[in-house]
Amino acid sequence: MLRRYIIRRSVAALITLFGVSVLIFFLARVMPGDPAMIALGETATLEQVAAYRERLGLNEPVLVQYLVYIESVIHGDLGDSLYTRETVLDDLARTFPATLELILFSTVLMISIGIPLGVLAGRFRDGFIDNFTRVFSLIGVVTPSFVWALFLLLVFAFHLNVLPTMGRLSEGVEPPAFVTGLYLVDSIVAGDWATFRDASAHIVMPGTALAMASIGQTTRMTRANVGESFDKTYIEFARAYGFNEIRTAAVYALRPALIPVLTIMGLDIAIKFGSAFLVETVFSWPGMARYGVRVILFKDLNAIVGTVTIIGFFFIVINLIVDIVVSFIDPRIRLGAQTQ
Amino acid sequence: MIAGAFFGGRGWYKFSRNRLSLFGLFLVISFILMALLAPWITPYPHHAESFIDFANANQPPSAKYMFGTDLIGRDVFSRVLFGYRISLRLSIIVLAIAVPLGVIPGLLAGYYGGWWETITMRIVDVFLAVPSLVMALIVVGLVGSSLTNAMLAIAFFWWPWYTRLLYNITRQLKNEGYVTAAQVVGASHWHILIKEILPNCVPSLLTKMTLDMSFVILVAASLGFLGLGVRAPTPELGSMIAEGANYLPAMWWLPVFAGLGILIAVLGFNLVGDGLRDLLDVEV
Amino acid sequence: MSEGSLIEVEDLHVRFDLFEGLSHVLKGVGITIRNGERIGLVGESGCGKSLLARCILGLLEQRNVRIEGAIRYHGRDLFAMRGSEWRDLRGRRITMIFQDPTTALNPVFTIADQMVEVIQRGGNRKRKREEALDIAREALRRVFIDDPDRVLRSYPFQLSGGMAQRVIITMALANDPELVLADEPGTSLDVTVQEQTLRLMATLTQEAGAAVLLIAHNLGVVREFCERLYVMYGGTIVEEGSVEEIFNEPLHPYTQALFGAVPRLWGGDLPKAIEGMVPDYTQAPEGCRFHPRCPHAKPECKSAPPWVELGKGRGVRCVLFEDAARPVAHA
Repeated sequence: MLRRYIIRRSVAALITLFGVSVLIFFLARVMPGDPAMIALGETATLEQVAAYRERLGLNEPVLVQYLVYIESVIHGDLGDSLYTRETVLDDLARTFPATLELILFSTVLMISIGIPLGVLAGRFRDGFIDNFTRVFSLIGVVTPSFVWALFLLLVFAFHLNVLPTMGRLSEGVEPPAFVTGLYLVDSIVAGDWATFRDASAHIVMPGTALAMASIGQTTRMTRANVGESFDKTYIEFARAYGFNEIRTAAVYALRPALIPVLTIMGLDIAIKFGSAFLVETVFSWPGMARYGVRVILFKDLNAIVGTVTIIGFFFIVINLIVDIVVSFIDPRIRLGAQTQ
Repeated sequence: MIAGAFFGGRGWYKFSRNRLSLFGLFLVISFILMALLAPWITPYPHHAESFIDFANANQPPSAKYMFGTDLIGRDVFSRVLFGYRISLRLSIIVLAIAVPLGVIPGLLAGYYGGWWETITMRIVDVFLAVPSLVMALIVVGLVGSSLTNAMLAIAFFWWPWYTRLLYNITRQLKNEGYVTAAQVVGASHWHILIKEILPNCVPSLLTKMTLDMSFVILVAASLGFLGLGVRAPTPELGSMIAEGANYLPAMWWLPVFAGLGILIAVLGFNLVGDGLRDLLDVEV
Repeated sequence: MSEGSLIEVEDLHVRFDLFEGLSHVLKGVGITIRNGERIGLVGESGCGKSLLARCILGLLEQRNVRIEGAIRYHGRDLFAMRGSEWRDLRGRRITMIFQDPTTALNPVFTIADQMVEVIQRGGNRKRKREEALDIAREALRRVFIDDPDRVLRSYPFQLSGGMAQRVIITMALANDPELVLADEPGTSLDVTVQEQTLRLMATLTQEAGAAVLLIAHNLGVVREFCERLYVMYGGTIVEEGSVEEIFNEPLHPYTQALFGAVPRLWGGDLPKAIEGMVPDYTQAPEGCRFHPRCPHAKPECKSAPPWVELGKGRGVRCVLFEDAARPVAHA
C-alpha cells in the first residue's frame, strides 16, 4: 500500500519535472529578443549571429530544439555558460553545495525553533508566550530576507563586530576535504574544529536571514494546528486519563497537527531557493543562487535554464519527501483503501 | 454581500475586537494615504525624480532630512513615500491581472473535473515548482527592467495560486446541497458557477488578495534590490535599500528606513489578511 | 460527610467570561455519589451535565472560567489538590467515557499505543509495554472482541463506531476505577449499537463494582441501569430521588415535561416537545430558570426557588412543593 503510494507520487513528480523543463525551455526561447543577439551583444555582425544560431541549432523548429535539449540534458550536458565560459554543469556542481548548506542550515533553524515555539504557543493559547510568539513570527514573516540580512550585518558585523560579513570561510582558511561539499559537515568529518568554527561563524547570519520568514511561518502553522488539536476530544481524553502533560503536547497533540505543517514546510524550503538569490547576494555567498543572479544579469540562457532546472528538481524532490513523511505520520493516507 | 455582512455591524465588531487586526488596518490606511498624498505631504516632492544636490549628499537623519539623504543628496523620507506609490500601483495591477487569470481556470477545473482538471492542475504544479521570485527575475532579466515588465512578470507567475485556491474551494462546494439543488432544477452550468459557486469563494479570495498585497510588495522590492525592478531615478524601496547596502555601515539609514518602510506596508496587509481569515473563517 | 460517599459536589458555580458577558452556567449544583452507586443524570442538551462531569475531573482550565463551591473526593477538596494528586485520580480512580468514541481516540496512533498509554498508568508500578498489551488483550476479550490483536494493530479510522466504543469502555475500566463518568456514551452511534454498548458498560461496571455517573438522553437505559437519578435544568439540579420514585411520580414540572417528551410504546398520547429553549446563560431568567417555559409558573418563581427535601433522598427545587410534605401538583 505504502509502496504503491510512493510510486504514484514519484510518477506525478516526474511529470511535473518534465513540465518544468518545458516551461523553462520555452520561456527562454519565446522571450522577445534573439538569444543569439543576446549572447553576442548588440555589436555582433549578422554573419556572427547566423553562425551562432546555426551552432546552437536555433534555426530548427522549437520542438526539435526541445528534443535536442532534452537529449543533451539526459546525457548530463547543460551546455556552456557565456558568463563563466565553463560548462553549466561544472558551474552548478561547484556552486550548488554552498546553497544547499545554507538552505539546510536554515531548515534546521526553522524546524528546531519554529515547531517547539508553535507547540508552546498552541498549548498556552493567549498566554504570554503566545503573544510573544505571535509578534515574533509576524515580524519574521513580513520582513524581507534581504532586509534581515542587512539588519543582521549592521548589528553583528559592523556594530558589534563579532561575525564576518561575507563568504563561506575567512581568507586563508582552506576548505575541508570534499565529502559532501557542506563545509560544516566536511569539517566535522575531517575533525577540523578550527575550520568548523570559522564556517559556522560565516553561515550564522545568512542562514538566519534566510530562515526568519520560514521560522515565522512554521511557528504560525504549528501554533494554529496544535491549538486546533487541543480543542479535539482526544486531547481532552488524554487529560482526563492523566497522560503526562509534556507528552500530551509534544506527541499526542503535535503528531496529528504536523501533517499540514509539514506540507507548508515543504513549500517554505522551496521558497528559500528564491530568497537565497537575495541573501547570497548580500553576503557574497558563493552559491548557486548568486550564480543565478549573475547569469540572469548576463542573459546567459544555458546557465539560466540549468539553474532553474536544478531549483525545480529540488522543489519536486523536497515535496516528494514531505509527501512520504506525511504518509508515515498519517495512517489514513498510508492505509487508504482499508477504511471500513 | 460580503461587504454588507462585514460592515453590517457584527463583522466589524468581531474584526475590531482583535487589536492586532485594527493596528494592521491603521497601517494599511496610512500606507495608502501616504502613497496617494505623497506629492503633497512630502517635504521635497521634487526629490522623487532625478535631482542632484551634492552639497547635501550622504546626510544622516536630521531635522531637515528626517530619514537622511542618499548618494546624490535626495531626501530619503520623500523617496520612501514616493516608493509607496510605486509599490501600491504595482501590487494592485499585478493582482488585477493575476486574479482573473487564475480564478477562471481554477473554477472550471474544480467544477468540471476530468481532463480539464488534470491538465490545469498539472500546469499549476509546474508553475509552482519554481519560486515566482526566480521566474520573475528571469523574465525581467531577459526582457529588460521596467515597471511594466516587472508587473507583467510577477503577474505571469502569480496566477497559479489563485487557480489552486479556487480549484480546492469549487471542488468542495460542488457537492453542497444548494449546488446539487440548482443542478436538479436545471440551472445552467454558467448560472451555477457565477451565481452559486463564485460568491462563496469571495471570502477566501478577499483574504488571499489582502495577504498577497504584502507578498507582491515583497517580491517587487526583491526585484528592485537585485537591480531588476524599476529603473532609476524612479524611487523604489528595494533599489533604495540596495544603494545603501553598497555603502554599509556608513549609510545605514538607507536600508534601515527603506527597510522599515517595506516592513510597515507588508505588516499592515498581513495583519488585515489574518484578521479577515479569522473573521471569515476561511482557508487560503 | 455522609458515610461511604465518593464524590460530593456542593453548591458548585461555574461562570464563563464571554464577549457577551458573564455566562453563569452551573448555578449551585449539589450531588453526591456513593461507593459503587449507579447514578443517572438527565436533562436536555446544554443544561450543564457534561460540564459537571468535566469539573469532577478538573478538566476546565480555560482562562475565562471561574469556579466556586466545592467538590470533595473521599472528603478531600479537589480544588486544593496538587498536580501529582490529580494524576493519581485521572485515569486511575476516576475515568471517563466520551460521547463520540471515534473522536476520543487520536487518529494517528494505533489502538495498542493508546491503550498501553492508559494501562501503563494503572497498577502500583509502571507496567512494561508487553505487560500492558497482555492486559489490553484480555480486557478486549471481555468486551467480546474476538480478535484483540487485529483491533490493537488498527488505527481508529479502521474501527466501526461500536468497536471504538468498546475500546473506550475497556480503557475506562482497565485500571479498576472507583468512578466512571459516562458522558452520553454512544449518542453518536446508531440506536442498536448504542443499546448494546450501554448494556455492555452496565454489566462491566457492575461486575467491577465501580460507581457510575451516567449522563444520558435515553431514559429507558437510565431506568434500567441506574439506582438514583438527578434531573438537571439550566445549570441546577431540579429533582433528585430513586429512579423508581421519579419515574413513577415525577414532581418537578420540568421532569414531567422531560418524561412527556419521551416516546412511549403504549399509552396513547404522542410525545410532547417541551416548549421553548434552554436559556442563554448570559441572560438566564431570574429565580427558577425553568419558569418561562413552565406551565405552572407563578410570580414567586422569579425569586430563587427553595430546595424541598421530601425524605428518603427525595428532593425537588420548586415553589409548588414549598409547603407540602407530600406533593399534590399534577396538572
